[in-house]
Amino acid sequence: MNWIEIFRSGISTGTVLLIAAIGEILTERAGIQNLGVEGMMLVGAMAGFRVAFTTGNVWLGLLAAIAAGGLLSLAHAVVTIHFQADQTVSGLSLTFLGTGLALVLGDGLTGQTAPVIPHASIPLLSQIPYLGPIAFTDHNLLVYFGYLLVPVVTYFINKTRPGLHLRAVGENPAAADTLGVNIYRTRYLYTFIGGCFAGLAGAAISVAIAPGWYSNLTVNGQGWIAVALVIFAHWNPWRAALGGYLFGILRRFTLDLQGPRILFGMANPFFFNTNLVFFLQMTPYILTIIALIWGSSAARKKRIGAPAALGTPYLRGERGL
Amino acid sequence: MAFPEETNTVPAVEMQDIVLRFPGVLANDHVNFTLYPGEIHALLGENGAGKSTLMNVLAGLYKPQSGEIRIYGKKVSFNSPRDAIANGIGMVHQHFMLVENQTVTENVIIGLDTPRFALNLKKYDQEISNLAEQFGIHIDPTAKIWQLSVGEQQRVEILKILYRGANILIMDEPTAVLAPQEADELIETLKGMAAQGKSIAFISHKLTEVKKVADKLTVLRRGRVTAERVDLKDFTRESLASLMVGREVIFNLHKCEQTAGPEVLRLEDVCALNNKNLPALRNVDLTLHEGEILGIAGVAGNGQSELVEVITGLRPCTGRIWLEGKDIANKPPSFSINQGLAHIPEDRIGVGTAPNLSLTSNIIMKRYDQQPISQKWQLNYMAADNLANGLKLEYDIQAPDVHTQARKLSGGNLQKLILARELSNTPRLVVAMQPTRGLDVGAIESVQQLLLEQRAQGCAILLVSEDLDELLSLSDRIAVMYEGRVVGVVCSQDFDITQIGLMMTGTHPQDLPGKGQSEEFPAQSADSSFDEVLEGLRHYEEAAQTEPPKETEISSESEGPLEEPPQLEPPTQPDEPLLNLSEKERVLRKVLGEKYKQGDEE
Amino acid sequence: MKIPYPVLIKRTEDTPKWLPVVTSVGAVLLAFIISGIVLAATGADPFKIYSYLYKASFGSWGAFSDVIVKATPLLLIGLGCSLAFRMRLWNIGAEGQFFVGAFMASAVVMVPLVNLETTPTWAIISLMAVLGMVGGALYAFIPGILKAKLNINEIITTLMLNYIAVLWNNYWIFGNWSEAGFQMTKTFPKVAWLPRLADYAKQVPAFSGMTLHVGILFGLIAAVIVYLIIYRSKWGYKITLIGDNPRAARYAGINIAANTILVFMVSGALAGLAGMTEVSGVVHRLQERISTSYGFSGVIVAWLAKLHPFAVIVVSILFGALLVASREIQPSGISFLIQGITLFLVISSDVLLKYEIKWVRPAQETAQ
Repeated sequence: MNWIEIFRSGISTGTVLLIAAIGEILTERAGIQNLGVEGMMLVGAMAGFRVAFTTGNVWLGLLAAIAAGGLLSLAHAVVTIHFQADQTVSGLSLTFLGTGLALVLGDGLTGQTAPVIPHASIPLLSQIPYLGPIAFTDHNLLVYFGYLLVPVVTYFINKTRPGLHLRAVGENPAAADTLGVNIYRTRYLYTFIGGCFAGLAGAAISVAIAPGWYSNLTVNGQGWIAVALVIFAHWNPWRAALGGYLFGILRRFTLDLQGPRILFGMANPFFFNTNLVFFLQMTPYILTIIALIWGSSAARKKRIGAPAALGTPYLRGERGL
Repeated sequence: MAFPEETNTVPAVEMQDIVLRFPGVLANDHVNFTLYPGEIHALLGENGAGKSTLMNVLAGLYKPQSGEIRIYGKKVSFNSPRDAIANGIGMVHQHFMLVENQTVTENVIIGLDTPRFALNLKKYDQEISNLAEQFGIHIDPTAKIWQLSVGEQQRVEILKILYRGANILIMDEPTAVLAPQEADELIETLKGMAAQGKSIAFISHKLTEVKKVADKLTVLRRGRVTAERVDLKDFTRESLASLMVGREVIFNLHKCEQTAGPEVLRLEDVCALNNKNLPALRNVDLTLHEGEILGIAGVAGNGQSELVEVITGLRPCTGRIWLEGKDIANKPPSFSINQGLAHIPEDRIGVGTAPNLSLTSNIIMKRYDQQPISQKWQLNYMAADNLANGLKLEYDIQAPDVHTQARKLSGGNLQKLILARELSNTPRLVVAMQPTRGLDVGAIESVQQLLLEQRAQGCAILLVSEDLDELLSLSDRIAVMYEGRVVGVVCSQDFDITQIGLMMTGTHPQDLPGKGQSEEFPAQSADSSFDEVLEGLRHYEEAAQTEPPKETEISSESEGPLEEPPQLEPPTQPDEPLLNLSEKERVLRKVLGEKYKQGDEE
Repeated sequence: MKIPYPVLIKRTEDTPKWLPVVTSVGAVLLAFIISGIVLAATGADPFKIYSYLYKASFGSWGAFSDVIVKATPLLLIGLGCSLAFRMRLWNIGAEGQFFVGAFMASAVVMVPLVNLETTPTWAIISLMAVLGMVGGALYAFIPGILKAKLNINEIITTLMLNYIAVLWNNYWIFGNWSEAGFQMTKTFPKVAWLPRLADYAKQVPAFSGMTLHVGILFGLIAAVIVYLIIYRSKWGYKITLIGDNPRAARYAGINIAANTILVFMVSGALAGLAGMTEVSGVVHRLQERISTSYGFSGVIVAWLAKLHPFAVIVVSILFGALLVASREIQPSGISFLIQGITLFLVISSDVLLKYEIKWVRPAQETAQ
């Protein structure tokens, strides 16, 4: 088994989860829970692939994916922020809507090929033993974007004024409102940004990591895993990155388990009974549940929880909307 | 304090003919209010008189339907709190508007325009600590809000306003959450700020306090001004009260003399954690008898709500709780309900009722499993409606019918609904938490009367209240809580408000001066009073290590096993000079917390 | 220029009883209009598609029988969701519970658990139904207990369990139960089939070819039972109370954890029964694609029916029609699209139940 390759490709696939989870962290930090990540990712994947396919320009595809995810998230924003609808139900309907839109608009794309995000190695850094080949060699550019995203978003949330306002809106919107922070605008903005990230994550699949359009199998539950990852990560980008990469690596590892005849000195059961593969395929989903259990019990111990106002609509005083 | 020469000075605030109508209520009916620079102007009135509404208008939260506001002579119109802040007006709300897991500094600078992006928090920490010093406010800018006491949180609210350069401060019932001594401290701070030229509007419904703090007074009643900008010295307590209420205020509570019967409730060495996993109750011992009202006094957040939750089975604890001979500690709520425990919760809407369900559904909440409402697996809605109709009449719940949703009831009627449900089931023990808070005078009277009736029928009542007057007039005994401990229990013949007040800040009864000597206590600065609290606690700790804590009233059987002396070396001496106040407190909490956990594991 | 703009004002009096119905129907109609616009944008002819939709679903008795067949699992799952949603438990895992139910029912035939030669049909069918329900209930027990004891987000656990259930079924139909290497089991013997109308074609010639099976009766009986639970029983009262204010329910002495698990299991049992009716009544074998997202459509059905069990019957027939028609039209995502838009519009229209719309002219605002 090629461990370097497992880690390398794990980081690559983990980038999808990382981008989607960071978008959702930003949204949830503002007090809005958007469960429609799966739908937004599908739409992003479709839009990215479609535009890259028709224009032949992958960067336009990325832009289209970001715009598509963002636009779709606005439906959630209107319904939950202005109409104070239940965020859970709205998030679910967003998933349906996104899936439906992606399938309808993505009709006929299956089997096509489109340009993909270029790959690159980082000079010098790629020379580092082990780390270099794993993290800095021949990755698509979105992987490097993911590396930058984590510290930037952490800095943004904790050390800047918009970040301060973002946290205040998610924790105690009434307090932020009395100090002149525009709650509605902030929530719209970060719901939109979360959607943009989800769209980008979708495109990261369809035009970079696993190029192509395979209808709703393109995303295949990764949006939901990203949502779970946010809880596991305690709304912290660093932990989201860690979780995302870990997931990617485990995913690749289970795939590679089927390869060798001999595994750890024993006959490899996955090689001789291909049907056991289905159990391997279950692992990301089982791991998600375990991560959720582990993450939430750790959160209880350390007294870190969800943003206090997560999922609750904000209504100022007696004045209604 | 220099009184401004009114004829020469432009008023800081002039509100004229303010009219504000909410659906169904005329909250402000042509109200005038004037405030001059450097003065403390009290707004007096009952709950619901419209004083907070008026000040919310001034703070930009509500827009009046008509009327005019002038700030330093300039006509203004506010669309949001931001506009008010821009005009130098800031308000400290009754419920603090703070972000719990952010630091003091972060809370203060939320919503400002500069700097636009990157924040250098260190620089702001320094600025804020300088500002606090200027006005004699003690606070650690790097502390997180959840680590602060209620009094300190209030200081953060004041700092928020001062930092924005406000000259006009609105304080909405600021002393309601403070112990008497803390309240005095606040009043000193406010007077100091007024001396530096700030104008302060001070909302209150406490007559004594208004006399202490204010230069001028405006009284509101049912949305109208009954006295505008009057001098306080022209009024007696009684005349003020009648201006406020519009009738003679006599609380004709029939509290009959009766001797307590056999024991109903006994707490032995009860400890519990709060929601943040910090110790909230420490080795609490209490007894309560038939026909007795035991008042629980204390500043909010000293373990009262946890005490109630532990007794009612809503919070796990260690130790034992006996209700008529049965241990109800850590039993599900249904167990104690069946043993005859009634609970009037603090949070009427959040805990006491299901807002979207009907009156009937709310009435049967605790007896849907009893005949005749319960019929095998079925629920007999006819019988339930009958019961609800009967209780609606008996307790005078104002609602169109029993199918009305609970959320459509007013606060007073909601409380009557809860009382009807809890008291009609012939309870043995009533645990009432803040049963009269936020109600108008009429409703308060009837709630208190209902509690006294239960007492006369031999029910045992545990009454938790932050209103000392209510406790003094209703209770047979008062237990004072501080930092999760019962500092002392006082019998009704020994009630003394100064003494209870001191106990509320943690002073142990045996350290109290003799009665009548309380005047000798000099007005304390923040430092000394806090040190005294520390001192008191340290005494208590030492006492706990050598001998059982002495209470003014000790029933011999209520002594639980004592906390083992901790083997830990305390990380800091309490008189470590380098530590500032809140750090001291945190250290203290930490030490106590570890001790607590040690005791817990045994 | 002063243009009047709408302002939402909180309703003070009770919402009229007809309003929820009007908003739901309006939302569905609007959803069809919007979907039509989207379809037109993709170059399709929405009128043609809709008329085809209608013909394919209500055009003949045979088509209508197909609709009812499709509506059966939706009805059962929608009922389960209604019950769970009343307690604000988001069981999105009906899909997985459906698969486990189908698997358990198939096990009766495939293992086989009983002697298929000698056991009478009614016994086999009953065993399949019971095992299907047990399977669904046990599978729903997992998110139930995680929610009750550890407060783990049930949406994510149920969703993950959906994927796991599908893979579990795949293991069997690709492996031990595979018929001649195909990804499906052998066809069940007739004794394990739910009775169908077509079975009585000899007596009533009009029934020939009609696929309608007895599963719909299960659904209707379940609707009555769920109705009785919600509106007549003490348990239903508890569920409603927990759903409205869990803190109040806890204060009233109701065991929330136990009820969470129980409601999850009942909801799962209904989904499991749906899985059983599908393998025993429709496909007569276990295969990969036995569900066209019934689990998710059930969520929408429940919500559109405002969680009322009898309304679930009507809505599930409507959605059954949508499913029947959409399996033949392209592009395949169209039914998802309509469902998503419908749900969005329904929850948006709920705002009308809470608020009234008043048109305000800017000048009037302050003078009012």
